[in-house]
This record gives sequence, C-alpha cells and structure tokens, in this order.
Amino acid sequence: MNKQEFTITVYTENHIGLLVRIATMFSRRKINIESLNTSPSETEGIHRFTIVINEFEEVVRKLARQIEKQVEVLKAYYNTNDEIIWQELALYKVSTDEIAEKAKVERLLREHGARAVVIRKDYTIFETSGHREETDKLVDVLAPYGLIEFVRSARVAIIKASHGFHEKLREFEEAEPGQEQIENEFLNKQDSVFTM
Amino acid sequence: METLEALKETAATKKTQTINGSQAVLEAFVAEGVDTIFGYPGGAIMPIYDALYDYHDKLKHILVRHEQGGIHAGQGYARASGKVGVVFGTSGPGATNLVTGLADAMIDSTPLVCITGQVFAHLLGTDAFQEIDVINITTPVTKWNYQVTDATEIPAVLAKAFYIAKTGRPGPVLIDITKNAQLQQFEYEGYTACTHIRSYRPKPIVRKEFVAEAAALINAAEKPFVIFGQGVILGKAEKEFKAFIEKAGIPAAWTVMGLSALESDHALNVGMLGMHGNYGPNVLTNECDVLIAIGMRFDDRVTGRLDKYAKQAKVIHLDIDPSEIDKNVKTTVGVWGDCKETLPLLTKLVDAKAHTAWVNKFKEYMDEEVKEVIHAELNPVGEILTMGEVIRNLNELTGGDSIIVTDVGQHQMVACRYAKFNKSKSNITSGGLGTMGFGLPAAIGAKFGAPDRQVITIIGDGGFQMTLQELGTIMQNEVDVKILILNNQFLGMVRQWQQLFMDRRYSFVDIASPDYVTLAKAYRIDGQRVTKREDLHDALSTMLHHKGSYLLEVMVGKENNVFPMVPQGCSVSEIRLK
Repeated sequence: MNKQEFTITVYTENHIGLLVRIATMFSRRKINIESLNTSPSETEGIHRFTIVINEFEEVVRKLARQIEKQVEVLKAYYNTNDEIIWQELALYKVSTDEIAEKAKVERLLREHGARAVVIRKDYTIFETSGHREETDKLVDVLAPYGLIEFVRSARVAIIKASHGFHEKLREFEEAEPGQEQIENEFLNKQDSVFTM
Repeated sequence: METLEALKETAATKKTQTINGSQAVLEAFVAEGVDTIFGYPGGAIMPIYDALYDYHDKLKHILVRHEQGGIHAGQGYARASGKVGVVFGTSGPGATNLVTGLADAMIDSTPLVCITGQVFAHLLGTDAFQEIDVINITTPVTKWNYQVTDATEIPAVLAKAFYIAKTGRPGPVLIDITKNAQLQQFEYEGYTACTHIRSYRPKPIVRKEFVAEAAALINAAEKPFVIFGQGVILGKAEKEFKAFIEKAGIPAAWTVMGLSALESDHALNVGMLGMHGNYGPNVLTNECDVLIAIGMRFDDRVTGRLDKYAKQAKVIHLDIDPSEIDKNVKTTVGVWGDCKETLPLLTKLVDAKAHTAWVNKFKEYMDEEVKEVIHAELNPVGEILTMGEVIRNLNELTGGDSIIVTDVGQHQMVACRYAKFNKSKSNITSGGLGTMGFGLPAAIGAKFGAPDRQVITIIGDGGFQMTLQELGTIMQNEVDVKILILNNQFLGMVRQWQQLFMDRRYSFVDIASPDYVTLAKAYRIDGQRVTKREDLHDALSTMLHHKGSYLLEVMVGKENNVFPMVPQGCSVSEIRLK
C-alpha cells in the first residue's frame, strides 16, 4: 500500500475553535493538509469541512476516527478520488491589451472552458474550474501572455455514494439512538468507503 | 407525559431571578453535586471568588499553592471518588499552569471541569495584562473547551461541560469565562442538566453479534488471557468484570491504570503487564490463543514492540472509545461499548470453565520471578534498604485497604508491582503522561474525594521536589495525608536506563535533597527519617497511626534497579529478569 490522495469530509457544528481542533489532528501527526475548505452543508446549521491529504489508508482511517471523536463533530468520512466528484476553482488575471492583441488567447481560453469574470481596460480576470491538472494547464498556457496573478481554491467534493446528511442528522438529534442506527457498522469492514 | 398540574408547578418554580455570571457558575456546581473546588484566585477570576464568599456553606474551596497542584488535586479527587474534579485558575499564568494537569487528565481519561478567568471580552486579542489564548493552548489537551463571553450562556455551557467530562470516555473540560461575563447580571431561569448533545455519542449501541462472536472465540480458546485497564474502574464495572473472568476461568493481568479494579489476592489476578510488569503476563501474551483486552488502550509501555506483540492470538477488544479499537493492535473482534453493559452480555454467553493448566503456567512463571527477583527485593539480606521491602512492610500494616497515590519513576513501578489492594479506585498515579510532581497534590485531592479512607502517597526524591509547595495546602487545610518519600538520591529511573543502556554515563541524575523532615516541620507536619531496617516497620506504623499528616523519608539503595524489564523496542517475550 502506498500513500495516496484522500478526501476527508467532516460534518460539524458551526463553532468557533473547531477549525483549530481539527487542524491539530493533522499537525500533531506531522501530516500536511494539501487543501482545506469549510462551507455550509445541505443541512442548516451544519458545517462541512473538505480536507485533502496524501497518506496511507491505515493512517487516514485512524485520523477519521480521531476527528469523529471530537465532541462537535457529527461524522467524518474519507474517500479515494474515484469515490468522489470534485472541483477546484481558479482565477487568472491577465493584461487586457495582451488578450485583445492576440486572437490565439481567446481560442485557448475557450479550449480550457474559461470564462471572463471582469473585463477592464487594464486587466481581465478569467475563471475556470476543474481538477488540479486542468487549472494548472491553463496557468502554463497563459504564462507566455503575461499572467499577472493566479489563485486556486481548495477542493470541494461530493461523495458519489452519499445520500446527504438530513437523515443522519435526524438520528443524531434523537436523545435515545434508535435501534436501526448502527454506529459501528463498518468496524469490521475497514476497507469500505467510510469509517464508523 | 407530564400532567397539567405538574406543568403548572414547573411554570411556577421557573420564576427567573437576576444573578450574575459568577453566581451562575456556582449554582451549576451546586446543582451538579460538586462539594470541593481546588483553586487559586487572581485578577480575572475575582468576580467568581467574590461570589464564592457567599457559597462557603455549600462549596468547599481548597486554596492550593500552585495551579498545577490544584489540577492534580482535582485529578486525585476524581480518581478516588469517581466524581468530576473541579478546578479554578485565573487567566494568563494561572491558565498555563493548568496545562500539564489537563494533558495528564486527557491521557488518563480523568473527568475534570476547569474554570479559568479571562480578561474582559473587549480586551481579547490586545495582549492585555494576564491575557493568554487559553482555548487554543488547551485544545489538544482537553476533551472539550469553550470560551464564554456572555453570562446568559453560562448555565447551558456548564451543564454541557459536566456532561462531556463524565460521560463516555471521561476527560478534562476547560471553560474560559471573560471577566465581563462573570460580572454581567442576567435573568436566570434555573439550571437544567445536559443529557444529550447531537454531535456527541458517549454511549454507543452494543452490537450483540460482535458480543456473540467474541463469546464464540472465548469458548473455543484453550489459552485465553484477559488484560484490563482503567476502563473497568471508569465504567464502575468491577463486579461485572469479576463475574466474567470467574465464570470463564480466565487469568487476568492489569495495566498500571487498571490496578485495584481486581483485588490483588484474587486467584485469577496474575499481575501486571508491560515494561516493569510481571514475567508471566508479558511472556504469555505471546503464547495465549485469545487475548481479551478490556478498557485498555495498548500503550507502548504495555505492548513493547508492536510487530511482535500477540501475533499468534486472536484479539478481542472491549472499549467505549471506538477510535481505540484497531488503533495500535489489530483486533479480530471489536466490541464497542460501555463494559458495564458489554461484560454481562459476554458473561452470559461464555461457557463456565477453569483452564487450570493454563492458569498454573502463570504461577510457574511467578515462582521463577519470585526466585529471581521478588524475594530479594521484598526480603533483602544486605544492609541496604530496598523500595520493595518498604512496600511489603506497608502491605503488612494496611492490609491493602489504603489508597496509594504514587508519583512517577522507580518508586511508582515498585509500588504498582508490590502494593496490595482490596478495593477499586485505590491506586492513583500518573500513568499515561508520567507527570513527576503528580503524587503530593493528587494525594490531597484523593483525601477530599475519599475522606474516610487512609491516603498514602509514595514519592521519589525527584518528584517530591517538583510540587513540594503543596505541603502548604496540607498544613493550612489539615489534610490527613501520609507522605512516604523513597529517597535513593538519584533520578532513579533515568539512572537505571543510563546504567543499562548508556554505559553508566550518569548524566545529571544525581539529585541533592533538602532535609525533608525539617522541611515538613517548617510546615508543621511531623515526620522522621529512616535509614535502618530495624526501624522501618515501626516508623511506618507510627506514620499510619499518626493523627493528621505525616512525612516519612526512607533512605533506600542508591543504585537499585526495577526488574523485570522489557527494554524499549523489545518484544514482551524478551523481558529481562536482571
């Protein structure tokens, strides 16, 4: 088994300090976070962390359990790249003169699915989204035309097999967990998509 | 369903009253049944101390000499009583002094609620006097922490704090309260205990099929072996545990934290696990066919080299904390749950057996250990006193009924190996963090947690000098704690390693001591010093029968070692007897 890219999805309460609590889970083990995104989820009041790391599955499994153990964490899942759909957003700032003069640029942008967000006299900002390689490629393409500024967002990901969090949350809100709720269903199926 | 009358009654009693945040904190304590607080005042927590002035009939406050002493006392209280320990500290240095104790409580799963004062909310982030970002400092060493800036939050936050500290796998909680919130007046509607947090599941559902799988493995086993930890004590499952091993006839060995959950003289108690544990339990870990771990976490001091640990065995792990299952040792069957619930289920399904030959194997190893190590340690013939004989004499006098609080180092291992216990919650020590200086303050807390029991703290000359300021707390509050210093004039455990693994290059382990008896006298604590064997027994007896606290210093062999020993990086079966 080798290190590979894992996306960890964490559903949490929206509380101050939780970011640090989760971040220390990684830094304590000297694991670098490749990308981290926090956002609302489909459920009101529930926050969603999307964290990308490069690690051995064994390590990620234990990490996910430690994260889930935190009081304000509802659930932590981890997935390999083929189990998720993900996107990253990138912005590119180039000189408007440069674009206007060279018709070739327009064709390149079209090929990479970029669209203009702002067009001003002095500069134009393009936006594209996709996987890392795709947004990276446009950087290479635009470099000869004087790329002034580039920024890329963290990864956001949707788990293919997920049914959302509404049902789960309802279970969590019950003071007495129902019999159908099986918390350690995956205890003996560690190679499965998610942990506990 | 509540009746209409009952509802009316609740409505009637739910009249609000105006109180301030500080009073709300103390009201929460009273409602949670807190009787003792260990603390130290300071600027940012003064409003709470002001409110405390009016609560002296309901809440006892013990003024310690250092916040670290306060939190260790809180730990000792919690461990001896099974209740939540409560600690006060002020902002800044008061808060940072709590960190070691929080880390200790975190790794040893001790329920604590610590309240720290904080600067006014409008000063947060301005480097105000005694301002420290205590929430971020303590995040990795608390089960939960929270900063309160508005008094109206206090009742609910305190309720949550107690609930989190004591349920599931217990742990320390820190609540930081800004001074304005302590002073703020608000409409108080009474205290409601917390019973549920949607993102927190302290009690997992027990999966009967895993219990059944575990039982099947146990029933098919010829050489089953139980290893247990503090989970049995924290789960208050001592009876259930005993019923299980007795029915299944399985020998059981304990971790340092599990010590006293099963009485020392029980026929199936085969001793201590780990680095300085007993010979049989270590060697036979690698010979058993089913290893049943109960409420323990496979610490590296227990397992030695992991890739050579119990590889032949099927492993069953009972734990309330799912993240412990498969963390260090791969389990065959994980039984997630409170052992108070899972053990009776398991007991019902296991066959009544005796495993006589297997249990006898532990006895054979014990005989060899007695011959090679224990006899000479407990009954030395040379002039030099050993730590082991001090503990043997102590056992003869206490009969195993006392609470023994130890510090960290050689004396700790010797005390754990040889002290006898008849009752649970009697061994209080810093197991996971190995905090030198834990012993004295923890003993103070233990006495308040179990006032009817004899509390003896056994401390080395190194550890005692780390927190000896708490003699002041003992003096002022007349705490009946017996202090037994085993003085070998060295930082003994480090010296032992330097001797065994570093060619006797004794690097800064030679530690000088003050005259402890005179020091104690300065604190109006009686005491004496023993250097000869003929005086030992009487001196211990004098100590135990003395009214009030007492300090006894025993001069023991300078270069005695603790054996057996599993050297670091070695397998448990490579345990050395000398």
